[in-house]
Amino acid sequence: MTHRLEQTRVWRCGPCSVQWVPRQTLAVGLLAVALAWLAVLALGTGKISLSSAQALDIVFGGGGSPLERKVVMDIRLPRVLTALFTGAALAVAGGIFQSLSRNPLGSPDVIGFTTGAASGAVVYFVFGGTSSVTSAAFAVASGLLTALVVFGLSLRGGTVASYRLVLVGIGVGATLSALNEVLLLRGELEQAFTAQLWLSGSLNARKWSHVWPLLAGLVVLMPLVLLGQSRLMLLEMGDDLARQLGVHALKVKGFMALGAVLLASLATGAAGPIAFIALAAPRLAAFLVGEHGRPLWPAALTGAVLLLGVDVISQTVPFELNLPVGLMTALIGGVYLVFAIPRLRSF
Amino acid sequence: MHPLFAGTGLRLSYDQRVVCEGLDVTIPRGAITTIIGPNGCGKSTLLRALCRLIEPQAGQVVFDGRPVAAYGRRALARRLGFLPQVSSVPPGIGVRELVSRGRFPYQGFLRQWSHEDEAAVAHALAETGLTDSADRLVEQLSGGQRQRVWIALVLAQDTEVLMLDEPTTYLDIAHQLEVLELCQRLNTGMGKSLVMVLHDLNLAARYSHHLIAMKAGRIVAAGSPAELLTPQRVEEVFGIRSQVMPDPVTGAPMVVPISAAISP
Repeated sequence: MTHRLEQTRVWRCGPCSVQWVPRQTLAVGLLAVALAWLAVLALGTGKISLSSAQALDIVFGGGGSPLERKVVMDIRLPRVLTALFTGAALAVAGGIFQSLSRNPLGSPDVIGFTTGAASGAVVYFVFGGTSSVTSAAFAVASGLLTALVVFGLSLRGGTVASYRLVLVGIGVGATLSALNEVLLLRGELEQAFTAQLWLSGSLNARKWSHVWPLLAGLVVLMPLVLLGQSRLMLLEMGDDLARQLGVHALKVKGFMALGAVLLASLATGAAGPIAFIALAAPRLAAFLVGEHGRPLWPAALTGAVLLLGVDVISQTVPFELNLPVGLMTALIGGVYLVFAIPRLRSF
Repeated sequence: MHPLFAGTGLRLSYDQRVVCEGLDVTIPRGAITTIIGPNGCGKSTLLRALCRLIEPQAGQVVFDGRPVAAYGRRALARRLGFLPQVSSVPPGIGVRELVSRGRFPYQGFLRQWSHEDEAAVAHALAETGLTDSADRLVEQLSGGQRQRVWIALVLAQDTEVLMLDEPTTYLDIAHQLEVLELCQRLNTGMGKSLVMVLHDLNLAARYSHHLIAMKAGRIVAAGSPAELLTPQRVEEVFGIRSQVMPDPVTGAPMVVPISAAISP
């Protein structure tokens, strides 16, 4: 059977040459359009319904009544941006870890990193904290700590085997999630309620203070991990082959893992532990754009589209359910695990 | 002129286990050199040390008159190509794309795919007979074809030296010959130096100019196949009794085993 692959195109100018894959460019363009459409839709969705034109006028033209302005600029826009950035950050973190572990299950939401990041924030909330910037810092610190523990426990003979990383990660994640429940029981009712709502992964009541730490993290980390991804792809062929090609394997792995843990922790700090996006977005992106060259960029867009899409759906389902977005993604994630993972080629 | 590689006083180990101690080795330029020896004698370790994949605890490797540790990562990758025993095929990757990855040492942010990259990949595909399969998925290829893809990757790297760690293992006899004939062509036609690890003594004798026999982390002997392969040496290195006679096809020495155990 002959499988025709899409051709890579090259754009050249003097000594410079830049590669691009038409299908990937098209898919990225379509994803960006879908994302913009969803964002405008989300800005107009809610008790005060707005048309796309109205929503755009309020954000970019300074139009609308004071009430409409307040609703869009202070409530809906931060929520949309949190969804978008959280989705992108989780997807990129997932893509990096799946590549590093060469295992579609090696994603930060499966191997306990997001649960670990959540633990930090829960501790902060239960002891009466209310600042979302500080809770983000707690999430990042405990996410890093969890990653260190998981890596430490998976380390044997100087290397981390993929299956051991996944098993240890699931174990650590389960322990931490039980710990999170225990913490809730320890706290005062009101604080426990805040923490519980946050633990289910929610985009309700996101403020600009949730957006800023996440945005700052993305601005710094995304260019770095996107630059590192060609080396990451080489490492998928095995350390020896990548190293003989001139890749500093240890440095690249450490750097990319650190970037991914930070991204996943920042995302968790902003929206709580949201399942499924990190697990599924990179695979869905590969399905959309083909398994070509540089997959993190399409993964980021896919993650953003997924989370924003799920949020819009969860706000518009009938019966005023208004489910926390984390529950929705967990629901879809379960279905994905059952039906998609067993069919994956790499399994 | 410098030898291609000169290793002196090498102490090589994995974790705490010392594999080689006080090892001296010289690899000639422009030849096909094959390291032979029983399992676990340190052949692969030595090969990996030569191309800096493991760092010696003591001693140093000199490549082309300069310590191998003094080369830049990519500069070394432009001169030395190493094919490990096992590599993994990323899912969904095509032949051309995988072979193209051999161009990494030449690429940069603004130099992603130059005309030289294009030419080197086309040449590597042609040399390995993969031009017609360039658009196929690597995971759909047979073991023999896959090995040619990996060799094409290091060929695309366009280095003057190729190091192959057991390139014929897991291949049937036809594909083994195919790989070794390709090696021979690369040496005679393109002037590349090759350093290999092989298990089959007769193939090693037939296709190499220089043999290095290792046992228990030491180099027991080095020289041309005719000098090196004697019944005494084979017994010393592999612990088997054998007869050595000229290969009726090429005249190279041919080892015919008699028995595994050494009888008194």
